[in-house]
Amino acid sequence: MADEKLYLYPIWIRIWHWLNAVFFIVLLLTGISMQYSNPDNPFLISFELSVQLHNIFGILISINYLIFIIGNLFTSNGKQYKMKTKGLFKRLYDQSVFYLFGMFKKQDPPFDISVENKFNPLQRFIYSTAMYIGFPIIIASGFALLFPEIIIPQIFGLSGILITALIHVIIGFILSLFLFIHIYVCTIGASISSNFKSMITGWH
Amino acid sequence: MKLLKLLLVCSLFLAGILVNAQEKEANKNHSCLKCHGHTTFKYMNEDFGMEIKESMCANRMIDTLAYAQSNHGMFKCTDCHSPEYETFPHPGQLRMELMYACNDCHGGDPEYAKFHFEAIEEAFYESMHYNRSPDAFTCWSCHNPHTYKTQARVGENIIETVRYDNNICLSCHADVSKYELLTERENINILQSHDWLPNQELHFKSVRCIECHTQLSDSLLVSHVVMPRDSAIRECTSCHSANSHLMASLYRYKSLESRKGGGFLNAVILNDSYVIGANRNQYLNILSVVIFGLVLIGIFTHALIRILKRK
Repeated sequence: MADEKLYLYPIWIRIWHWLNAVFFIVLLLTGISMQYSNPDNPFLISFELSVQLHNIFGILISINYLIFIIGNLFTSNGKQYKMKTKGLFKRLYDQSVFYLFGMFKKQDPPFDISVENKFNPLQRFIYSTAMYIGFPIIIASGFALLFPEIIIPQIFGLSGILITALIHVIIGFILSLFLFIHIYVCTIGASISSNFKSMITGWH
Repeated sequence: MKLLKLLLVCSLFLAGILVNAQEKEANKNHSCLKCHGHTTFKYMNEDFGMEIKESMCANRMIDTLAYAQSNHGMFKCTDCHSPEYETFPHPGQLRMELMYACNDCHGGDPEYAKFHFEAIEEAFYESMHYNRSPDAFTCWSCHNPHTYKTQARVGENIIETVRYDNNICLSCHADVSKYELLTERENINILQSHDWLPNQELHFKSVRCIECHTQLSDSLLVSHVVMPRDSAIRECTSCHSANSHLMASLYRYKSLESRKGGGFLNAVILNDSYVIGANRNQYLNILSVVIFGLVLIGIFTHALIRILKRK
C-alpha cells in the first residue's frame, strides 16, 4: 500500500455517496415497514408515512443516481467501474483469498490502491454490479410501482404488479446485503475508522 | 320397415313439440319487450287509424341481453308485474303497484338459505342508506332486478367483480339524476373525498367501495351494512398487513374455496392483484432470513478472527 496520502474521493463523489447512503437507509427502513406491515409492531414506521417517505426518497435517490451516472460520464471516475473480463476470475479469487486468509497472516493486499485504481478487483466488481445492474432495475421497477398504470396487468397469468414488486423487493434485499457487507469491509483499513474518514475528507 | 317409419314420425313430432316449447320460452316476454326492449315503440291509434311511433322512456327500457343473462332472466315479466300490463295502453292505476322486495320471493325458502336473504335484510335495515331514506331505498336501488347477477360467488376474475360491484355504487354516486331520487343531499364528489388515497385509480380498480364502507359480517359474504362516511375504514394497514381485511371481504369466497397456500401468504389475492404487506412469499421470506443470517454470521466470524489475530 502506498505510504503517501492519495486524494481518491472528490467532493462531488463524497456528497453523492453520503446522500445515497441516507436515501438508501430511509428506503430500506420504509420498504421493510411496508413489506412486513403490521400496525402492532412498534419498530416499524407507520404504513401511511412509509408510503410517502418511500415515494419521496425513491425519487431523490433516482435523481442522485442520475448525478452519479452523469458524473461518471464526464469525469475519470467512470473508469473505476470498468473491468477487463480477461483474468477477472483470477483477480476476484486472489482478492477473496486475501480477505479470507491472507489478511489474517499479515500479508500485503494483492492489489495496490492508486488514483487510477481506487477499488480492489472485488470492490470494482461488486460496485459495478450494484450501480450498473442493481440500481437501474430497482429504479425502473420502483418507477413502475409509483405509476402502476404503466405495468402490464397480467404476465404469464400472474399480476404484473406482483412480478414488478417481487423484482423490486428481491433487488432491494440484495442491495441491503451489500450495504451491510460494504459497511463491514470499510472497517478493514489502516484503522477501523480510516476508510470512513476518507469518505469525509477525500484523502485515503 | 313400418316400425322404423312410425318411429321417425314420432321423433319428428316430439322434436316439433320441443322446438315449439323452446320458442315459446324464448318469446315468453315478447309482447312486453317488443316495446320495452327498444328505444322506440309503435302502436296503432285505432281512433284515427294511424300507426304512432314514440320513444321509450329510458328508465322503462330493458336491456334484453342483460336480462336474459341475469339471475332473474328465466321469469316472465308478469311473474313480478301485474298481468294487467298485458293490455295497452297500460291502466293508469298500475303506477301505484308496489314492487316485490327480495324476501317476498326468497324469504324462508330453504333453496335460497345459502344466500342468507333474511340476514341481508336485517343488515340493510341497519345501513345508513335505509336509515337516511327509508321510503326511497329498497333492494332494487342497488340491485337492478332486470340485470342483477351474483358476482362474488361466481366471479373467477376479481377485477371483474370489483368493476361490477363498484358500478352499482357509481350508478347513484356518479349519476346526479339517480342520486337525487334517493336523497336531498348535495352530491358527493368521490374523487375529491378520496384524494387522500395513494394511487387512487389503482385502488378504485382493485377494491370495492364496500370493502371500506360496510361493516364486516361473520355470516354474510357481502356485508350490507353500509356505514356513514365517518365510520369508513381509513387505515392503510386494514388491508395492507398479513391480517388483511380483504381476506374477510373481497377475497372471502375465494379463500373459503381455496385454502391452498402455494407458498404465498394470502395467496388468493395474487392472481388478480398485489397488496403490499398482505401477500408475501413464505419461501422467499425464509430464504431471505437464512441468507441475511449467513451474511451476519460471516461478518461476525471475520470480525472475531480479526480481533483474535490482531496481536
